[in-house]
Amino acid sequence: MSVPRFWRRLKNIYNLIGTHCEKCGSFLYPPRNMCPKCRRNGMTIPFKFKGTGEVLTYTIVHTGAKDYTKLTPYILAIIKLDEGPQLTSQVICDHSQIRIGMKVKAAFRKLGEESEKGMIYYGTKFVPMEG
Amino acid sequence: MSVGIVSYGAYIPRYRIRVEEIAKVWGANPNSIIDGLMVYEKSVPDLDEDTITIAVEAARHAINRAGIDPQEIGALYTGSESHPYAVKPSSTVVAEAIGATPNLTVADFEFACKAGTAAIQTCMGMVDSGMIKLGMAIGADVSQGAPGDALEYTAAAGGVAYVIGKKDLVANIESTYSFTTDTPDFWRREGMPYPEHGGRFTGEPGYFKHVSSAAQGLMKKMGTKPSDYDYAIFHQPNGKFPTRVAKMLGFSSEQIKPGLVVTRLGNTYSGSCMMGLAATLDIAKAGDRIFMTSFGSGAGSDSFSYTVTDRIEEIRNGAPSVEKLLADPIYINYATYARHKNKIKL
Amino acid sequence: MRDVAIIGVGCTEFGELWDKSFRELFVEAGVSAIEDANVAGGKIDALYVGNMSGGRFIEQEHLGALIADYSGLASLHIPSTRVEAACASGGLALRQGIIAVASGYHDIVIAGGAEKMTDVGVETTTDALAAASDREWEGIMGATFPGLYAMIARLHMHKYGTTQEQLAAVAVKNHHNGTMNPKAQFQNEITIDTVINSVMVADPLRVFDCSPISDGASAVVIASADVARKYTDTPIYVKASAQASGTISLHDRPDITTIDATVAAANWAYKMAKLTPKDINFAEVHDCFTIAEICAIEDLGFVKKGEGGKAAESGLTAIGGKIPVNPSGGLKACGHPVGATGVKQAVEMVLQLRGEAGKRQIDGANIGLTHNVGGSGGTAVVHIFGRDK
Repeated sequence: MSVPRFWRRLKNIYNLIGTHCEKCGSFLYPPRNMCPKCRRNGMTIPFKFKGTGEVLTYTIVHTGAKDYTKLTPYILAIIKLDEGPQLTSQVICDHSQIRIGMKVKAAFRKLGEESEKGMIYYGTKFVPMEG
Repeated sequence: MSVGIVSYGAYIPRYRIRVEEIAKVWGANPNSIIDGLMVYEKSVPDLDEDTITIAVEAARHAINRAGIDPQEIGALYTGSESHPYAVKPSSTVVAEAIGATPNLTVADFEFACKAGTAAIQTCMGMVDSGMIKLGMAIGADVSQGAPGDALEYTAAAGGVAYVIGKKDLVANIESTYSFTTDTPDFWRREGMPYPEHGGRFTGEPGYFKHVSSAAQGLMKKMGTKPSDYDYAIFHQPNGKFPTRVAKMLGFSSEQIKPGLVVTRLGNTYSGSCMMGLAATLDIAKAGDRIFMTSFGSGAGSDSFSYTVTDRIEEIRNGAPSVEKLLADPIYINYATYARHKNKIKL
Repeated sequence: MRDVAIIGVGCTEFGELWDKSFRELFVEAGVSAIEDANVAGGKIDALYVGNMSGGRFIEQEHLGALIADYSGLASLHIPSTRVEAACASGGLALRQGIIAVASGYHDIVIAGGAEKMTDVGVETTTDALAAASDREWEGIMGATFPGLYAMIARLHMHKYGTTQEQLAAVAVKNHHNGTMNPKAQFQNEITIDTVINSVMVADPLRVFDCSPISDGASAVVIASADVARKYTDTPIYVKASAQASGTISLHDRPDITTIDATVAAANWAYKMAKLTPKDINFAEVHDCFTIAEICAIEDLGFVKKGEGGKAAESGLTAIGGKIPVNPSGGLKACGHPVGATGVKQAVEMVLQLRGEAGKRQIDGANIGLTHNVGGSGGTAVVHIFGRDK
């Protein structure tokens, strides 16, 4: 992903900042500039999610995406945040530990890099909630 | 002056490699290495961890521990000798990731293993002068030791963040004192993956001269003596150096014990004695006095004298203790370690 | 709206076609379709070119003009339009052609689709395909297409007890069908063991759960019903053409195991054709992965939600079963040159409904349905075809 394109969303990706619609009460992540329920009548404001949630579904990717070959195999998951919205991310844990319904929390990790010379992308992945 | 520590947070990756495992690869005798270094295992970063991610996790723990409003942080400095970028600050990422942007000043510090304590001193000055309300000083590293080099047994990964301010202190910083000379005992040239060091030259003219001079200088300045302190932490490149320098200065092994995390962690470089301080604060009580001296090759030492306040009890459990971060490690073999440390070029 | 029929079909072989270029493939399919329809080139009013990612696969955009030119139609200056909806590009090109004729704007058009995927390395191919998901919120997190469908499969297994063997049964069936299709990329039988012992791609999906990387093209000649009768005694009528959109990201679906765009497109199509799922004799569905066929037959209403896993295993969807699915071999065995797939499904419809499908001919095929999906379900296109209007 190009530098400006990543930079534009970097705060959201670092800190799980999505959108809250004050009209209908929806919590949205990834962020949107239009509420899908209220559309033009919506009143959307940035909203920082706590970063806790659970694994809705997952896979262990053995043929990795371009930036992730060094990390392969890795756990890709859909996380349902406690506030409601669902997002795609990785879960960092022993591969035998991952399961549907597992409670997780946000962690700050490298997402990838353009090359040894290029930009390094950081963002939010998830780790098991301890205890 | 009542500048001090408002909060602190540490982070240690979960992976460890034992000294035996490294020694096996190089045909070395593990027992003589363990005896010589007093280090049993060291931390290893995950495949997607680096100095920046470690600094962010430590900084977030510091924010959470005391419920700091990140917008009140006026300065943020990350000390490291393994910044992922040669040019482009680690600190901007950290500041953004803890929500401290945009109204603050940040920069990256480098002074081998003491960049983090230099950052503490900088924050102290800025807080005390009234320039800023809160400052954050971080020491974090994913340090590099060349394959087969003595450093490989100890070069570890971890980070610690301190919030420096005037109000709600968990520890007053009573005074600080530095001792600096141009002593090239260890270096890494631009573009080189691994550092070079002067072998035994890093000892007497490097570590011992600077640590003892700074420590003695601070005690002389303050009129204190080793027995005035409940705890002491000295930079811990291995277990042996801090133990020896403590003895030379007149500190007991009991005083340095809580902060001597190197045996199970390795040398976290810029995080080294700051991690020892965090581990000591984890168990300290109100009124306890703590003595700390860092060392950075090149060379210099920063000495600090702290007194713990009763606020420590209120915030202690707000973030994971160093002991908790050291617990439940995942041990890896050398091949996995080589992959984690990017020693295998793809 | 006028009734519309398909009067000619053409398809290249699918596979790793090292010696054929994108333009050669499209022209080959187009010429076959025109010859099949016995239409003179000068009678063609417009071209619709379905293609997902010429820009990434062959570094070539402006494919409408390229194809018009190399089809020898540049001097006639007829409109030629490239249509894109990821893996549903072909289905969408078909639908654009149908709409153009149904509206009366054109009388005879060609809708085709092509993809040349093997001119770049596998890493680039995978990355180009991943652009059909949400690059900013799925792709950057390490989502691959097998990864996304694997997460559907994982949840389907968790909720409905679907098994590895049931997933594998889809691949086994489609490979069997492929053995009877001379155009198919894979014409070999496989067993359940072949699938469940193959290399893991994204747990639980193995390499034999995945459609291959393919080159190929297909094309159909679409005409108004009135015009169609001038050219053929067996026009195949378009009984419904429906297209629906869904969220681009899998994570935003209300139910991860339901492609709600498929449900919506199917409902519109059934309504348009005044039919129910029971009236469909056979279907070509979007089995980019084995789990995708299982979800598709549920979402299209052939079986109840959660029971898709049993269908291939029990023979329900085999040729000769109650509702044969993917007699061509599907994306799995026939191959999946992305932009060509949706059109190839229509080619199979026409061959089956005309009774020209050879060894894989389905007895009594009167009404068939095609289902083409873009991405993980951001676009779904459903068509219903019949021997009668």
